[in-house]
Amino acid sequence: MAINFLYPDYEVVRDQTKCIACRVCERQCANGVHMLDETLNLMKSDDAKCVNCHRCVSLCPTRALKIVKTDHTFKENANWTGETIKEVYRQAATGGVLLSSMGNPKPYPVYWDKLLINASQVTNPSIDPLREPMETRVYLGKKPGAIQRDQNGEIICNLTPQLELDVPVMFSAMSYGSISYNAHESLARAARALNTLYNTGEGGLHEDFYEYSANTIVQVASGRFGVHKDYLNAGAAIEIKMGQGAKPGIGGHLPGQKIVGDVSRTRMIPEGSDAISPAPHHDIYSIEDLRQLVYSLKEATDYQKPVIVKIAAVHNVAAIASGVARSGADIIAIDGFRGGTGAAPTRIRDNVGIPIELALASVDQRLRDEGIRNNVSIVVGGSIRNSADVVKAVALGADAVYIATGALLALGCHLCRSCQAGKCNWGIATQEPELVKRLNPDIGSERLVNLIHAWQHEIKEMMGGMGINSIEALKGNRLMLRGIGLNEKELGILGVKYAGE
Amino acid sequence: MRMKRIYVDEKWCLGCHLCEYNCAFSNSAETDMVKALKDVPINPRIRIEEAGNIHFAVSCRHCEEPLCMKGCIMGALSVEDGVIMIDQEKCVGCCTCILMCPYGAIMPSDTGVMQKCELCINNAGGKPACVEGCPNRAIVFEER
Amino acid sequence: MRYVIIGNSAAAVGCIEGIRQHDKENELLLIAEEPYHTYSRPAISYLLAGETTKERMKYRADGFYRKMGCTTLLGKTAAGIDAAKKRVLLEDGEAVAYEKLLIATGSRPFIPNIEGLNSVEKKYTFMSLQDAEALDSALKADSRVLIMGAGLIGLKCAEGIAHKVRQIDVVDLADRILPSILEPEAAALVQRHIEREGIRFHLSDGVTSFDRNTAVLSSEKKLSFDVLVIAVGVRPNVEIAEKAGIEVKKGIVTDASCQTSRQDIYAAGDCTESHDITTDTDRPLALLPNAYMQGECAGVNMAGGSKSYDKAMPMNAIGFFGLHMITAGSYAGERFVHREGESYKLLVRRDGVLKGFVLIGDVARAGIYTALIRERTPLESIDYELIKQKPQLMAFSRTERMKKLGGAEK
Repeated sequence: MAINFLYPDYEVVRDQTKCIACRVCERQCANGVHMLDETLNLMKSDDAKCVNCHRCVSLCPTRALKIVKTDHTFKENANWTGETIKEVYRQAATGGVLLSSMGNPKPYPVYWDKLLINASQVTNPSIDPLREPMETRVYLGKKPGAIQRDQNGEIICNLTPQLELDVPVMFSAMSYGSISYNAHESLARAARALNTLYNTGEGGLHEDFYEYSANTIVQVASGRFGVHKDYLNAGAAIEIKMGQGAKPGIGGHLPGQKIVGDVSRTRMIPEGSDAISPAPHHDIYSIEDLRQLVYSLKEATDYQKPVIVKIAAVHNVAAIASGVARSGADIIAIDGFRGGTGAAPTRIRDNVGIPIELALASVDQRLRDEGIRNNVSIVVGGSIRNSADVVKAVALGADAVYIATGALLALGCHLCRSCQAGKCNWGIATQEPELVKRLNPDIGSERLVNLIHAWQHEIKEMMGGMGINSIEALKGNRLMLRGIGLNEKELGILGVKYAGE
Repeated sequence: MRMKRIYVDEKWCLGCHLCEYNCAFSNSAETDMVKALKDVPINPRIRIEEAGNIHFAVSCRHCEEPLCMKGCIMGALSVEDGVIMIDQEKCVGCCTCILMCPYGAIMPSDTGVMQKCELCINNAGGKPACVEGCPNRAIVFEER
Repeated sequence: MRYVIIGNSAAAVGCIEGIRQHDKENELLLIAEEPYHTYSRPAISYLLAGETTKERMKYRADGFYRKMGCTTLLGKTAAGIDAAKKRVLLEDGEAVAYEKLLIATGSRPFIPNIEGLNSVEKKYTFMSLQDAEALDSALKADSRVLIMGAGLIGLKCAEGIAHKVRQIDVVDLADRILPSILEPEAAALVQRHIEREGIRFHLSDGVTSFDRNTAVLSSEKKLSFDVLVIAVGVRPNVEIAEKAGIEVKKGIVTDASCQTSRQDIYAAGDCTESHDITTDTDRPLALLPNAYMQGECAGVNMAGGSKSYDKAMPMNAIGFFGLHMITAGSYAGERFVHREGESYKLLVRRDGVLKGFVLIGDVARAGIYTALIRERTPLESIDYELIKQKPQLMAFSRTERMKKLGGAEK
């Protein structure tokens, strides 16, 4: 046997004085970490298998378990960190591309945390959201540049289709296949209850979820999996996925073993075949090509559905967005480099793309400068973590935000970043029936609704504090933000003043 | 009689067996689960049946036509507000209720007399511990 | 409106509770020969064994009659029924008018006609509290007890008194113990267990004559004893019904509503015949659960409700010296037998349904088998191979389980 260079990342710490050997940890760990030594009547653990997902910790009835990061250490230094050394060992052992999941974990600046929100004092009174009406509803879609009237002076109602959201937060694309049926059902039910939208991702739409169509964004991606006319018409909007923040410039790969049963049917590909989404759309090499697809989709849906074009935040994002805004798209979705994924090459995830805050600010500014900001709504995603991030995004110019990692956390995800293994102990990123059933959508949808309701309350509090009673009045209102710990260049791109200015 | 009952949906049962441990704890005289259950073989009133990927919990259904009560030779079983209760002082452990119960939901206690789910009405504040502790709402306590 | 009940045991209590499910108003009168609050007759062996007390063996709590609005005439004997005038005639000459009557007179021990029986000084039966108390007072630590009958009553008596006496002999004409509920192999297993407690059996043998403290058996064996217990069977108390012109066969004949051949007169319990669904025959099924359910059914119908007593079968849960057994139904058909140590299992299948079973030792969840018989569940609709291993709901379809456990519509 080859020498194993790797020491387990986590250690399972069991307080044997509390453990009652009920074996719930053993039964709930799909990784086989825990086992009962029947002769000793003692529970034991194999640290090497632990992914630190906390399923056992959460279910242990006596709180006898905790997981700690190992303090075993390499002789590391600032350059050759333990993580770096381990990755070399891993690749030297396997010869493979390193795979990771969820978002970029590297310590790049989080600009949300360098932006501060304003509040009213004395001269412009704040508003109490418990007493005054406070509007968080937004409409996404192209807005007319001017009001048109007919010869009788009546307004000509020629508004293109709009999405109406009670709260400017949507659930971003996660395919059926990458996440489970029950995760999808939870998202769909929550979106309906919240009057917002969730997004099918590129895995097609399971027939059971057609009933949520008013709250569904159907995605068309480079693999075109599961796309057919009824699918396009089943959504309230159609999203063309050009890129994803976690892995800009590359496609996707759902291994054949996950293409089973309903997943295969929904994707319209044979069971067991790999679902490979190409890096580019092979019919799109220009904005003109994109425009053709946008209009093909509009034609297929009788111009009743807004079309979203989703791009990853990359270096040229402002120029790209400018092109997209001229393609006929109604909404641009921009995904920052901290956005999650079910699986991406580690190097791509950790090194490609740019922060969403900078991308948003530059896109909003560019579209304003070009006088085409009203052509499109802007939706941003890629690690929106809380209601303050939402408020800051809107103040930087977003019409709404996409969340996914936050939504998964609400469903029980513990960010163990092992989605690619398909053994999600929380029933989210798995297709194994006995794991999928761990996520009861009654509970999942309730928790999602709770989360967004809580955020909505907080958004109203912050708006009230600023003396703003409508989210529309906050949009692009960068005077409500101040920077801290930022250099001139960053302040310039973000279009905000320094704190104290 | 319309009343809250325990219902089980095997679709959501994970076979984690927490209900059994919560039951055993709730029906112990202890206030600390570790003290109650450490190194103690449990004898809960709710039991998981499992085969392959199917799991479900079985406990007293509190039948409207309680055959256990009708069959009890000692009059140890009675219905109080729809809840079938056992008087363990009266029970002599003859097992007639085991003969009668179509769900297999009554069983000997550690002392040999019978025990059954009484919906925790005499402990845990009237909320069945199996329901409270179920991580996936596979066991619910509601009126249907 | 007045309901009258003759009797005060399980069938009578069932009737009271059945009536009160539907009629909380009208007058309810109970007449019973025994002067006691209702008590559990099967408990008497546990009383002698010290496992219960007279207080704890009350079949219903103190205050039961009051709560049920039931007047009692305890210690009064009903001598006759004037069905035409709808009156119960008491031995003391009084008459009690009824509109609906329940006869729940139970059964009495059968006393065989054996030569010399009169010469036996200490002889007892074992059915009532009075019997038990009389027997108990006759027992001494060095008593030798002879029990006639190795049936349920005889053996429960043996168990109840085993710790109090020097020696117990049990004689039975049958070739095995518990002949009414066990077949030879299972009976032998239980017999071995009981013999370990020092109890001696004389089977395929009967007492031909007594001479004071000696019994002569048909095998010509002579057994000396101090105390004799007669437990060779019971006879239904049907005389009062017969005299009233009610149809009686092996017991009082009733229909599915528990009404006798006379309008407004119902009967329940050991004095009646039941229809055994496992053999499709009518005979007395002198068992407490059946008595209660018959009584309840009668009560419901007497009070204007609607209920049928149509799922009767022989069934017993009994244990001796820590060995439990549960049996039900009849044993003719395709058999499945499983033995393991002191555990024994017999399942009998006939006409596609379960007809009977015997469980000895491990009796857990036996009621699941009982329900298969009672509900005549087609075995092809369940996983019979699985349920043979042990009683479990897993053997039913998912839909069926949803009905049983999930509250899905029946």
